[in-house]
Amino acid sequence: MVRFTAVGLRYPSPDGGLGPEALSDLTFTLPEGSFTWLLGTSGAGKSSLLRLLYLAQLPTHGTLEVLGHQVRPDRRDALPALRRRIGVVFQDFRLLPYLSAFDNVALPLRLAGRSEGSLRPDVTEMLRWVGLQGKEMSLPEQLSGGEQQRIAIARAVVTRPALLVADEPTGNLDSHQARRLLALLTQMNRLGTTVVVATHSEDLVAQFPSPSLRLEAGRLVHHG
Amino acid sequence: MADDRNQGAVARRIRRARDPLGLKRALSDRLLPGLVAAMALLAALALAGSRGAEALKERWQQGAAAAVTVQLPPEQAGRMEDAMALLRARPEVAWAEPVNPERMHELLRPWLGEVPALPLPSVLELRLHNTALDPAPLQRALSDAIPGAEVEAHGIWVARLAALARSVQGVALAVLALVIGVAVAVVAVATRAGLASRRQAIEILHDLGATQSDIAGRFARRIGLLAAGGALAGAAIAVPALAALSGLAAPLAGGMVQPWSALPWLDLALLPPVAGLIGWATAQLSVRRWLRRLP
Repeated sequence: MVRFTAVGLRYPSPDGGLGPEALSDLTFTLPEGSFTWLLGTSGAGKSSLLRLLYLAQLPTHGTLEVLGHQVRPDRRDALPALRRRIGVVFQDFRLLPYLSAFDNVALPLRLAGRSEGSLRPDVTEMLRWVGLQGKEMSLPEQLSGGEQQRIAIARAVVTRPALLVADEPTGNLDSHQARRLLALLTQMNRLGTTVVVATHSEDLVAQFPSPSLRLEAGRLVHHG
Repeated sequence: MADDRNQGAVARRIRRARDPLGLKRALSDRLLPGLVAAMALLAALALAGSRGAEALKERWQQGAAAAVTVQLPPEQAGRMEDAMALLRARPEVAWAEPVNPERMHELLRPWLGEVPALPLPSVLELRLHNTALDPAPLQRALSDAIPGAEVEAHGIWVARLAALARSVQGVALAVLALVIGVAVAVVAVATRAGLASRRQAIEILHDLGATQSDIAGRFARRIGLLAAGGALAGAAIAVPALAALSGLAAPLAGGMVQPWSALPWLDLALLPPVAGLIGWATAQLSVRRWLRRLP
């Protein structure tokens, strides 16, 4: 479960203080196992909200609870373990360019301390799941944008995360691949994962109707 | 051939997988080890200088410091045996021998030339059991028995030489401290350069749940290894240089030791692990400090 209570976010300003509010007074709850669209125009604050969800950013004020744990700046030591239960599909993929597709997908498992011998079945299954079997040894630069996107998705779900956060995951995919990706995400959701997907594609939302959050200028204007 | 290529590709993949931050590229295996090698060479020279000054100080204090010269005026030259008997009977005298007249002429030839007719004092050399002993009672006993006999203790010169040796030792240790400080600064700069070039990879690993210990440990292991390797090279380069210096210094140390056996082998052996430890600790501190900016 994810719970925001009067959460606000300001980024540091160049002068060392805090800049204007990127997010203001957000209060909502995402039930465990839910699928939620995060909507809004560019600059509305979608990426900032997602950064709070995957703990790349801590709220400037308010209370944030992720996967049943209250996120507190004075208890940062607890955050890495929490992050390992969250899968993230970044808008710009954020693959490591010098690692093969296999090793990019295996990265979260290695960080979680999984033994080398037990990696292969899970990683191979994930690559097959996203339709990239046979591309294990390829470097990201040798793959198309869509293929890189799918590696990023495989990396996000390989640990069977309790919370999956995706930022514009269909941005580099054609309509067929986008529908296939959404099918994968809903499949994850049916297996119990809480899924939050940020998009500005109303068509996609229409094809996969689910509850949504809509942001405007950093404020929540619709929840339901 | 194809199998070899496949095996090579797999080996490369495994090596890269073990280095998700790409530190083998970000932290060059040439620049940092090269700088650390130069500093290890300086550290080895400073350590050897300190050890050498210590050894010379010991030798001067225990050898030359104990040496006392006794001169009998030419008119008392016939009383050499009496002087020897008196000196050897004294409890503070450890050893006493007359200086051969031929050796005396040999020693004075550069200053006096060939002047065999010139009357020279008879000279005895002796060593005291303890350099702290006051030579005045010996002087009095000798001049009472043999008028005109003089005792010349070299203590004051020894004290000055020992002070000089201590100063040299202090300077060498100061140089060593400076080298360590520069090494810490160089490692910190290299770490920051590595952090800057791998910022995105660090943020990715951080967002995927890597701990600060994990990220800092990867940097520290890489930098510690590079520093240890550089120090090993520096120590290896220092060995022949120190052996040559040791050979030059051998006459000052009595000329009895072989250059190789006089080298500070333990210090040289400790340089790589100590450099590795300095690199490891500096990298840990630098990376952890940098990571504080991430949530």
